[in-house]
Amino acid sequence: MLDYVWLVPFLPGCAALVIGLFGKWLRTRSGYVAIAAMLGTIVVSLGCFWDILHGKGPFTQHLFTWISVGEFKAEAALLVDQLSVVMLLVVSVVGSLVFIYSTGYMKGERGYARYFAQLSLFAFSMFLLVLADNFVLMFIGWEGVGLCSYLLIGYYMDKTWAADAGRKAFIVNRIGDFGFLLAIFLIFWTSGTLTFSGVFDQAPVIYKYGGGVVTAITLLLFMGAVGKSAQIPLFIWLPDAMAGPTPVSALIHAATMVTAGVYMVVRCNVLYSLAPTSMEIVAIIGAATAFIAASIGITQRDIKRVLAYSTISQLGYMFLALGVGAFAAGIFHIFTHAFFKGCLFLCAGCVIHAMAGDNDMFHMGGMRKQMKITWLTYFAATLAISGFPLTAGFFSKDEILWATFRSGHLILWLVGLVAAFMTAFYMFRSLFLTFHGESRAPEKIKAHIHEMPRSMTFPLVVLAFFSLVAGFFSIPKVLKGSAWFEHFLHPVTNRGAEILHELHVADPTPHVPELELLLMGASTLIVLLGIAAAYAVYIKGWPEIPKAWAQRFGVFYKLSFHKWWWDDLYNSTFVQGTIRLAKAAWQFDIFVIDGVINGTAFMVRSVASRLRKLQTGQLQAYGVGMLIGINLIVLLFLLTR
Amino acid sequence: MLSIIIFLPLLGAVILALTVRRKESTFPRWGSLTVSLITFILSLALLTRYDPTAIGFQFEEQCSWVPAWGISYHLGIDGLSLLLVLLTNLLTTISILSSFTAIKHRQKEYYIFMLILQTGILGTFLALDLFLFYIFWELMLIPLYFLIGIWGSADRIYATMKFILYTMTGSVLMLVGILMLYFKSVAAFGHGTFDLVKLYELGLGAHEQFWMFLALFFAFAIKVPLFPLHTWLPDAHTEAPTAGSIILAGVLLKTGVYGILRFCIPLFPLAARQLAPAISWLAIVAIIYGALTALAQKDAKRLVAYSSVSHMGFIILGIFAFNLQSVSGGIIQMINHGISTGGLFLCIGIIYERRHTRLMSDFGGLAQNLHKYAVLTMIIMLSSVGLPGLNGFIGEFLIILGVFKHNILYAVFATSGVILAAVYLLTMYQKIFFGPNDNPKNQKLADLRSHELWALIPLVLLAFWIGLYPKPFLNIIEPASNAIVQTMQTPHTSETPSRFMVEAVHELPPR
Repeated sequence: MLDYVWLVPFLPGCAALVIGLFGKWLRTRSGYVAIAAMLGTIVVSLGCFWDILHGKGPFTQHLFTWISVGEFKAEAALLVDQLSVVMLLVVSVVGSLVFIYSTGYMKGERGYARYFAQLSLFAFSMFLLVLADNFVLMFIGWEGVGLCSYLLIGYYMDKTWAADAGRKAFIVNRIGDFGFLLAIFLIFWTSGTLTFSGVFDQAPVIYKYGGGVVTAITLLLFMGAVGKSAQIPLFIWLPDAMAGPTPVSALIHAATMVTAGVYMVVRCNVLYSLAPTSMEIVAIIGAATAFIAASIGITQRDIKRVLAYSTISQLGYMFLALGVGAFAAGIFHIFTHAFFKGCLFLCAGCVIHAMAGDNDMFHMGGMRKQMKITWLTYFAATLAISGFPLTAGFFSKDEILWATFRSGHLILWLVGLVAAFMTAFYMFRSLFLTFHGESRAPEKIKAHIHEMPRSMTFPLVVLAFFSLVAGFFSIPKVLKGSAWFEHFLHPVTNRGAEILHELHVADPTPHVPELELLLMGASTLIVLLGIAAAYAVYIKGWPEIPKAWAQRFGVFYKLSFHKWWWDDLYNSTFVQGTIRLAKAAWQFDIFVIDGVINGTAFMVRSVASRLRKLQTGQLQAYGVGMLIGINLIVLLFLLTR
Repeated sequence: MLSIIIFLPLLGAVILALTVRRKESTFPRWGSLTVSLITFILSLALLTRYDPTAIGFQFEEQCSWVPAWGISYHLGIDGLSLLLVLLTNLLTTISILSSFTAIKHRQKEYYIFMLILQTGILGTFLALDLFLFYIFWELMLIPLYFLIGIWGSADRIYATMKFILYTMTGSVLMLVGILMLYFKSVAAFGHGTFDLVKLYELGLGAHEQFWMFLALFFAFAIKVPLFPLHTWLPDAHTEAPTAGSIILAGVLLKTGVYGILRFCIPLFPLAARQLAPAISWLAIVAIIYGALTALAQKDAKRLVAYSSVSHMGFIILGIFAFNLQSVSGGIIQMINHGISTGGLFLCIGIIYERRHTRLMSDFGGLAQNLHKYAVLTMIIMLSSVGLPGLNGFIGEFLIILGVFKHNILYAVFATSGVILAAVYLLTMYQKIFFGPNDNPKNQKLADLRSHELWALIPLVLLAFWIGLYPKPFLNIIEPASNAIVQTMQTPHTSETPSRFMVEAVHELPPR
């Protein structure tokens, strides 16, 4: 099946082209075309997974030489190994479910065909990003998903806020790409190649452990990851990206695209392992993002925004894992997060549909009565994201926290733990506010609340199921599990560690099973505390306690509610600064440069009006003048020689 | 073959001038379209017979013209000029097609000037004799003067005068430079010559090269245009009729870069090396300054015009980094800029023809009723942004890749220009196409008509082709850029690696 891996990007690519060209004619059938393509990618992905599982690969498929100038060469080639095949499965399975869901959610929308064309184009780019065997091809996918994100965020294009949000996403991502591009150049001119295998094989020889070049490369790459995966300081685009249709938020802005940064860093784990400083920075940024985003999530009223900040926070956890060297744990969290966050967003979509487009949780409440399936699946996914024992999130998050602790980053571990508390709190807050208590919706909308059609509830059930059980793929050894997932990824994710081992850089501290169990217990306790707190405040204490608390902790409440004023800060510095600079440049053009030019012209004209007397109209006179002129030029030339 | 390609449009112009009498005749447009299309097909035939592996010029034609002064009628083509000839013929055909409904008065003269312009540009790209080159160079100006002056918009007279004065200043300096070169050849060979191939062997000293380089470079830099000689461009581009803007941005600016590549660098390599840092910094200023100025514009056409300043800065920066990747990137970016910016002017022209305004604030929400137009404009816009998978990326990537090797600081500045390009172009697109469509005048606009669609489609296809499979283009370009790089690698001027690279090498452990 590995030979057919080209079909994976090809199928959705074709679907995008066909729908794009014949969308007018296909109408609602365009959804089926897109779904068929995605189901095809599941089949091929499973086939590839089967082959890799049975020891075939890593496998590289050369398609054609894309760019070639002198010593520079970029192949269009696909790489299938343990890492990419896991990502393939996530993208194709979650992708297909979201596509199916979309046929219900987008029913009757004006741009139905356009939506599916863009969503298919997204799948194409995402597969390309995952399968690329070199940095340049990866960059095509990288920018391609960014483009689709831009288009889909701005799907409701007659709304100025949607267009603004799309543009913001694209530009902020471009700032990250600035780093990614420079990293590519630096890698090429120091290693002479851009294929992953070529760079990583040479890396231990070319780059000195902890050296300036490899640190620069990894930090620049990380800059790209920070943009794409919405980390501090570039996370501001993701909350605004919720302007897009909800299935888009589920697929692109939760399950797949935003994890691309994590994937890329894991892909380059060899380079990162050689750059301890960069690893430290990755870990710190990750932990800080996990904390700050969670703290913002606590006070938001818009259900999609809560989920957006929780995505940022969970991505922060993933980077924390990478920063402490637990690359497999980071990918495992991508894997579980794709299911529960996808599920949460799709549930939110159902809720918003039922609420006739209102996102404000303070207008909801009591929806569990009319929407049983949505409620139950949301509940399951909330348990998972909070890290409730034995759900998917429990295993993946705990592995991260344990790895952080084991590597000696006690402060970061503590930050992660506090963020876990907040996660449990704000997620259950959203559950309680939306589905429990009394309905706060206006009568007219209340009558409208109903369960969604099968096409929309079916994906919910599948995703909720995985949110509960996906963790069993990697039960840690301390719980008598086999840590299968980690083992499977080992050949890719452990390369960095092997190199460090060869270089005799200190190994992590030895494994202490009792301690791991103890920490697991601690984080379980924290989660239960978070849930209990949310229950006390939003079920028992509603509506007095939330108000009282908001007043008592006024400063913190404002800090959280206003998102730490990040957007305002950027707006008043970078955005306004650029606009002012642009205006200044234009003024300079008009007054200074053109001023000089027009001034010269004016001078020439006034001189010319005097010289006009020379225009006698006699050809002989002109001839003499020309002769004198040419002689002058020749003379000038002879003198300067 | 080359002569036929050059003079076929001129012949067409003469025939048009002699035959058409009736004012409302549609013959001028169809006739000129046919002529330019045949010229384009002929240049495609040239492509099939061109041998990219051979060194030097091909399809050479030479006959003595004024033997006393060593002037000859000498034509020839290499990879660089081949692609530019193809671009010229394609864009001329497209701009004639785009004028079908846009030009309503004095049609006959309009199409005559378009064809003369084509001859002038083709001659400029194909002449291998400096005197002949100069004649074609000046020939380009005359039809443009009339095209902008007669068929331009409100402020056309100011724009025309500015354009002509700027370029004439350059021309005078160029003439001085050419004459200086001629007298050098008298001294060196005993008899003077204007033949470029012979002049390449002149072997001038560094001091002599310096002044001649400056004289020629000044003329070419105005055409490019390089900051701070660019202020003619926004006016000329904005006031010109759509077809004029397409030709100006798409082809005419390239004559400046072509001149630098064909004359300045090979004839005066030492001076080029010496002045490269200064020129590179001007190019960097152009990239960022052009982008910032574009961001401040309210007029869509003026915005695209300033974006040209920025994009041309990339090309100059790439060329003056003198390595294979950056020069190849610079050359393919010349083609890309023709496609992308030419395409953008075409797109704006389409909407200008319907609404007679270019102010972005007069539009908004057009994507809701003009579907085809919105999609095609989006693709062209993204190709100008440099989105991977489209043509612009290939050029920018290769340029910055090469520049990075040459000087990391340059590369960092240039890359920041890539961010700004996204800012101003996406803002422009958003203002025109997104948001509510609340202006009643915009609600009943018609989507693309067939001749507009056919003018845009080739550009879009090319954007994808170069973006996804640039190999055929790079195969033609590489020998040409290799020649430039070889010229610059005289023993004592060989590339010194930048400091960062040296450090990187020092980090290597002993093997």
